[in-house]
Amino acid sequence: MTDDSRVLEAKNLSVEIEVPAGILHAVTNVTLHVDKGETLGIVGESGCGKSITSLAIMNLLPSKATRTASKLQLEGKDLLSLSERELASLRGNSMGMIFQDPMTSLNPVYRIGEQLEEVYIQHGKGNRKEARERAAYLLDKVGIIAPRERLSQYPHQLSGGLRQRMMIAMTLMCEPSLVIADEPTTALDVTMQAQTLNLLSSLQDEFKMGLILITHDLGVVARMADRVLVMYAGKAVETGTSQQVFDHPTHPYTQGLIQCIPVPGKTSNDGRLGSIKGMVPALIGDLRGCMFRNRCAYVSEKCHASEIQFNQISPGRGYRCLLEANECADNLEGNLGTEIVQ
Amino acid sequence: MKNDSSKSEIQSVSKPNEELPALECKNVGRTFMIGKSILSSKKPLRAVDDVSLKINRGQVFAVVGESGCGKTTLARMLLGLLEPTDGAIYLDGQPISEVDSDVISQKVQPVFQDPYSSLNPRKTIESIISLPLRVHGIGTKESMLERVSELMRLVGLPNRLIHSYPNQLSGGQRQRVAIARALIMEPGIIVCDEPTSALDVSVQAHILNLLKDLKDRFNLTYIFISHDLAVVEHLADWVAVMYLGRLIEFGPATEVLRNPLHPYTQALMESVLTPDPHKGLPEITFGRGLPNPLDPPSGCSFHPRCSKIKDGCDSRLPSLLPESDRLVECHLYN
Amino acid sequence: MIKVNTDITAPIATSHPREEEIDEFEISVPSPPELMKRRAKKHVGFILGGTVVLLVLILAVFAPLIAPFDPYDQTLTNRLLPPIWHEKGSWSHPFGTDALGRDYFSRVIFGARISLMIGFFAAAVSAVVGSTLGMIGGYFGGKTDAVVMYLINVKLALPGLLVALSLVSVFGGSLIALICILAFLFWDRYAVVTRSVTQQIRTNDYITAAQAVGASRLRIIVGEVLPNLMNQIIVIASLEMAVAILVEAALSFLGLGIQPPTPSWGLLVSEGRSFMFFKPYLVTIPGLAIFMLVISINMMGDGIRDITAPEGRN
Repeated sequence: MTDDSRVLEAKNLSVEIEVPAGILHAVTNVTLHVDKGETLGIVGESGCGKSITSLAIMNLLPSKATRTASKLQLEGKDLLSLSERELASLRGNSMGMIFQDPMTSLNPVYRIGEQLEEVYIQHGKGNRKEARERAAYLLDKVGIIAPRERLSQYPHQLSGGLRQRMMIAMTLMCEPSLVIADEPTTALDVTMQAQTLNLLSSLQDEFKMGLILITHDLGVVARMADRVLVMYAGKAVETGTSQQVFDHPTHPYTQGLIQCIPVPGKTSNDGRLGSIKGMVPALIGDLRGCMFRNRCAYVSEKCHASEIQFNQISPGRGYRCLLEANECADNLEGNLGTEIVQ
Repeated sequence: MKNDSSKSEIQSVSKPNEELPALECKNVGRTFMIGKSILSSKKPLRAVDDVSLKINRGQVFAVVGESGCGKTTLARMLLGLLEPTDGAIYLDGQPISEVDSDVISQKVQPVFQDPYSSLNPRKTIESIISLPLRVHGIGTKESMLERVSELMRLVGLPNRLIHSYPNQLSGGQRQRVAIARALIMEPGIIVCDEPTSALDVSVQAHILNLLKDLKDRFNLTYIFISHDLAVVEHLADWVAVMYLGRLIEFGPATEVLRNPLHPYTQALMESVLTPDPHKGLPEITFGRGLPNPLDPPSGCSFHPRCSKIKDGCDSRLPSLLPESDRLVECHLYN
Repeated sequence: MIKVNTDITAPIATSHPREEEIDEFEISVPSPPELMKRRAKKHVGFILGGTVVLLVLILAVFAPLIAPFDPYDQTLTNRLLPPIWHEKGSWSHPFGTDALGRDYFSRVIFGARISLMIGFFAAAVSAVVGSTLGMIGGYFGGKTDAVVMYLINVKLALPGLLVALSLVSVFGGSLIALICILAFLFWDRYAVVTRSVTQQIRTNDYITAAQAVGASRLRIIVGEVLPNLMNQIIVIASLEMAVAILVEAALSFLGLGIQPPTPSWGLLVSEGRSFMFFKPYLVTIPGLAIFMLVISINMMGDGIRDITAPEGRN
């Protein structure tokens, strides 16, 4: 992999947040990278640190949070040493973010056109006229009919699906090299979800941006992502291409997640769904051992004591568990749709 | 029957005739008058339009469709919280408008989507679950507490949470509280409005398993409103697909979902993203969102989005007619 | 299904594996009452203000036991004795005496009774009236709400203090009349706040759940809506109580409120006015008392607002 094609590289990214009860280890030593035109899916339950990871990359963390990393580069530029001002000029410019709720991420008192053009002008990409041209071009690209008329409308005049397309267009105004989409389709209907994702992936093909797709929806990740990072309790527990992760999950958590999902035609009507007992732990204080041990079907004494190493199977493929790679994966065969917890 | 006074009251109203459908809708419609300001005249919004359904006892009846298709309005009518403007709803064979609201509430209970909004944050779990008992004045303080404990055990809530507040519970636990509250009056029918769509997948699996167990055990009837067809396929016996307030396809769940006939149902099924990394994203053919329900399209309301449009779709309203083993409202079939 | 229901007790084993076990990582979140207790312990303003209010309350309640003299007892030979910090002061009259030779300390203590009573009852009566109207308007909406909004608008258009002055001159300055008039001055803020909050609360599913259970509207408003409004009502009440005390003092100072010889702090200032230049303590002591009480109540009110602020989803 040449350095040219690497959009984002983060090594040992950690985020700690000061809360009344102590230090919350929201993200611990996450290492990830995204290449040009590639989609990295980050998946996990709520509270596992997915969103904090993306906010840490954008440096949009709450004031009580501290970010540390041994490396954080956007297109070779060191994000750790930049001032807040320099970072602000990168945000919306070479990296953009799409949020879950299109209702709250657009300002209701400004026209759509003004909001789109604002980004462009603020980053010194051109004047108002060029901005308008680009906005109309992008609205057309995201499949909005009669884009020039839409520009003078207000956000409340659009439906949820259209608003999310507006957000995508707004993110693309300055041709960012990295787009982070945090649950971009969770608030949308199924039909709108498929369309919006299609749109995102065709735009990605066209503009060759790197995409980080954060979601709890395994279906979305499986269909969209080239590579997958499964997060649990602030740590990466499994990485690999989406085929590797979904066909041969090596971490009990990934396996549990996959078994939880009803699949039309596969899980029978009388069958029970697999499930993971218990809940995500609070990440406060001194955390030792495997954080998944309270919910794991394969738990043993060893899981409590030591720090669990991340086992690298091959470049880009690894998991954080004491089990052998095939021990857990083998169990999944023919086991779909049954309880993994006794 | 027990001679316990606390129970006899419930039983006196919950003796359904097993022959009749638990709930039946006959040409039910609900129109809202929507006015944007005092000056402009009000426009009718047909949230539910001419829906006829029979919901049989002990079965899971799913209603699917996009947001804004009238699912929630239908649910509110089935709960007796909203009166239909057209047609009638029958509960155990009796028109729901003639049934006392106390009796309805002992036969039909809701479970909502958002477990954060469905529990009063200022009340303890005990007080939330026992609300129906207190409203109907059933039992003493001690018997209520005992009954709440029973229900908590039934839905898998540890008893130590009985004096906790909703903010101390996880999303899944909250949804269990909502289910316990719905079950405490022993209703035969539960209206579940997207009960798992606000939950994580692992929690969703727990709740779906619980709903299934409860159904098998108490022969409950579910009206299961959802937009997640994978969940619906997993749970439902019957499926009704709604579009802009109208019922457009209705039949046994396995048939409708494995072999959808209406182009809209087909599109919905294609939109389901199973976690299969070998498949790409589905090409969804309809280009635009839901039309403005205040100004519905002429003819078949789905025609502007339909990929199989033919002559007459934009002018004639199709009717819901039998096709193979189900009902379909589409010009392609009749 | 009735048959099955009689045996509802056995848990369904498979759907909730070993839930009774306490999870090693279980998050312990404080309950709202606990959380409020913790916040209250850390809130300096609340503790300070609350302590002063509590002290004044104790003085007022036990005034007959604490006051060394009858506040109405005139001893003309002891007129205008200086307070204790003056070189000629004596412990028998720590705050000195007034122009009629009444013990000023006793009068200030008894004056606290009047101030607190008027403040508390004016705030309470207006809270009941305003919140009831606000909740009814917010919950029912439509025409009912229009009527409530109309009442609020009419009230807001009235020049409050002028109306109060004229009402006092008509009905006189009895305690009950004053409380009613002040309550009439203050109910609108409760109505405005409770109405808009009720409109938000009404959209929650727990209200629909209560409706579906067959709960009456009264039960829903009192049992489900009101508990969620209590913190706002208490905060407004504490602030209105402070204002009521000030207005009572002003009215009494103008001679329209509490009538002599009843000791009210406003009246004490008014009576001391003519001796202001050579016996300043006659004005400064009741003036300071009003100031301290009002500022403490305000600090306490701010504290209650911070302490009872609803916690987020996590």
